[in-house]
Amino acid sequence: MKSINKMKMTIPAVSANEGLARLCVSAFASQLDPRIDEIADIRTAVSEAVTNCIIHAYKGRGGLIYIESLLYPDRITVKIKDKGCGIDDIDKAMEPLFTTGGDDRSGLGFSVMQSFMDSVKVKSGPSEGTTVSMTKILRRADEGNPDER
Amino acid sequence: MTQCYALGTLTVCLDGEIDHHAVRDIREQVDISINRHKPSKVIFDFENVTFMDSSGIGLIMGRYKTLSRYGGIIEIVRMPPYIEKVMKLSGVSKIVKGLDRAKAADKGEQDRKEQ
Ligand SMILES: Nc1ncnc2c1ncn2[C@@H]1O[C@H](COP(=O)(O)OP(=O)(O)OP(=O)(O)O)[C@@H](O)[C@H]1O
Ligand SMILES: [Mg+2]
Repeated sequence: MKSINKMKMTIPAVSANEGLARLCVSAFASQLDPRIDEIADIRTAVSEAVTNCIIHAYKGRGGLIYIESLLYPDRITVKIKDKGCGIDDIDKAMEPLFTTGGDDRSGLGFSVMQSFMDSVKVKSGPSEGTTVSMTKILRRADEGNPDER
Repeated sequence: MTQCYALGTLTVCLDGEIDHHAVRDIREQVDISINRHKPSKVIFDFENVTFMDSSGIGLIMGRYKTLSRYGGIIEIVRMPPYIEKVMKLSGVSKIVKGLDRAKAADKGEQDRKEQ
């Protein structure tokens, strides 16, 4: 399927940009006229991935976060990439409650992404950084639009 | 965010977007109050919260750990439905009070006043 729109942004890995990133992606997603709960899911998943880049990949020392999003008639894909430290054991990192972040982190970021989006794929290596690719299918398409009924 | 302490209870009224960026300040201020008062109960009021991710879960779990060291408890009230989704996933409802009653409050029942 061919995408109907595309968005790219590169932002410094600072915490003030967490809000900016989720706002931009959800504004972009709104072109597909999604439901409010779908927008909320996308915002939350983006927030998780971007926060991970800031805290884990770059360890609070800054760097760049690359966000790319595509719209299709029935779905949105969002790719969030860093050039930080990478993840040794991806399966383990994605286990609920696993964290290397100490007392203030719950280890639920990946669980949130997985339950709020329809697919989450992680590519990572020690020297290449991490790319999280997520897809959300917008149910509006198969449930029908109430306006059209 | 506003905090108020009375009769052993610290009430923290959160507002806006609770992410990693916002949590830093909130945590610092709440921890100052907890250390000062050693409250037997901390109530987090979510009425004016518009967004929360796992950073908010970390905030609550962290305070839960501190309080449980001396037998204090945590209660959550007036949780909007879209934030409840993140809460449910975390299993936080097993360690804090009030998640069911938060729903009742949504329906307009001022059950907090009954206590
Ligand atoms: N972009 C990344 N770069 C390097 N390591 C990462 C990255 N994202 C996640 N990780 C690793 O995977 C672990 C799990 O991530 P997850 O988001 O599930 O939990 P968390 O960030 O530790 O806690 P929470 O998201 O609940 O605050 C992290 O603790 C970290 O070790
Ligand atoms: Mg995380």
